[in-house]
Amino acid sequence: MSPADPASAIRLSLQVGLWCAVLGLPAALALGWLLARRSFPGKALLGTAVLSPLVLPPVVTGFLLLELLGRRGLIGRALEVAGIHVPFTFAAAVLAAMVMGMPLYVFAIRTVFEALDPRYEEVSWTLGVPPRRTFLRVTLPLLLPGIGAGATLAFARALGEFGATAVLAGNVEGRTRTIALAVYTLLGAPDGARATRWLVLGSLALSCGSLAAYEALSRWQRRRLELRHGD
Amino acid sequence: MATEWRLELVLDIRFESCAMRLELDSRARALAIVGPSGAGKSTFLRALAGLERRARGRIVAAGAVWQDDACHIHVPAWQRRVGWVPQDALLFPHLDVRRNLGYAHPDVGEVQSMAEWLEIAPLLARRPRRLSGGERQRVALGRALLSRPRLLLLDEPFAALDRPLRGRVAARLASFCAERDIRLALVSHYEEDVATLADETWMLAGGRLVPLQAQSVAGGEQPRGLAAQTRNAACPALASRTRTEP
Repeated sequence: MSPADPASAIRLSLQVGLWCAVLGLPAALALGWLLARRSFPGKALLGTAVLSPLVLPPVVTGFLLLELLGRRGLIGRALEVAGIHVPFTFAAAVLAAMVMGMPLYVFAIRTVFEALDPRYEEVSWTLGVPPRRTFLRVTLPLLLPGIGAGATLAFARALGEFGATAVLAGNVEGRTRTIALAVYTLLGAPDGARATRWLVLGSLALSCGSLAAYEALSRWQRRRLELRHGD
Repeated sequence: MATEWRLELVLDIRFESCAMRLELDSRARALAIVGPSGAGKSTFLRALAGLERRARGRIVAAGAVWQDDACHIHVPAWQRRVGWVPQDALLFPHLDVRRNLGYAHPDVGEVQSMAEWLEIAPLLARRPRRLSGGERQRVALGRALLSRPRLLLLDEPFAALDRPLRGRVAARLASFCAERDIRLALVSHYEEDVATLADETWMLAGGRLVPLQAQSVAGGEQPRGLAAQTRNAACPALASRTRTEP
């Protein structure tokens, strides 16, 4: 196994986290909205499926993803035909982290949708503005801080991701070796203590920064909806 | 020239613990709905606006069918040209007063004159959270009027205004609506508002609409008696879900 480069691992973790926050947004928005605003058969099942990565062992989630996306997997087979190979690539690292972060992402967005009084949208409709434009002019701007908070949580979760990434993306230096995997690699290396310290410091800084940003965005969201603690 | 106005509706609204059957046929320019708290007055306005999904039946306004469930017709709220002013104003918190007023038609001149007309011109740059209840209600009224509605739906529109201001705004609103041929449906507990604005009054109680004489409401005798009689007939489901009705 090649020695882990801390700078490369931190850079890769940042990239994975950012891609997770960006690519996961449409799914998180749609699922958060569906679970908060609509009633439909199978809603409880969908809610459970969305939350399942939180309670399943990450290695199991990674295994299931590998079963789906591997050469003989349901989706992987179709992708192979198109010349796309996902496992053990950077895309696999992003996908694994995105699936693991999705429960938090959806939960955060669902919470802000539930906090938003739907009558704001109704007022907009009665003023002659149809739903799609109302979503852009009222819903989205009102929920922007909360959506940002959800994205920050997903980003932070991606920084800490280990098990599913290890199974689906492996531990390839410069391609899939994120902070968590680099620390794991260095723990077994005889002269890895110094690099490990750097990685731990970087990890702490990134995690604390993300959580501080999440807290600030959540406060901004409460102010925006004119909510106070306890409302 | 004023168009022939007639509002006809037959609506069934079912809740978990009660049901309403609303029947109304009115040619009034301004209609007031009075009744005890929790009777469903706000629900009635929401049904007119096309916002009450549980309302089933038929609504025809000025010859246009807004809703007819037998024929699967439901004109959506954004096509009805109704200006809804909810009791708690519901100003968009991310927009200042100027942008709230101009939400439907951001015409600078119109926004300015509306603000002066409603005595809120100094507040144009303020965010809703820095407004008093009365200021919010006036902004909500201006926002609805600037959307050029055919029918204005007012839910306790002046409840937070002091008496002199309420009188001024109600009188101006009456002449504004008359000039522009805007029809009114008003829910209010204030007899003065009803007397100033409405030329026909209906009592909503026990899940039914009953026509009343406007003079009696202004005089305050009959509705008080009726309201007292029907207080216990209010629908508990509505009383609990109409968050802001006093």
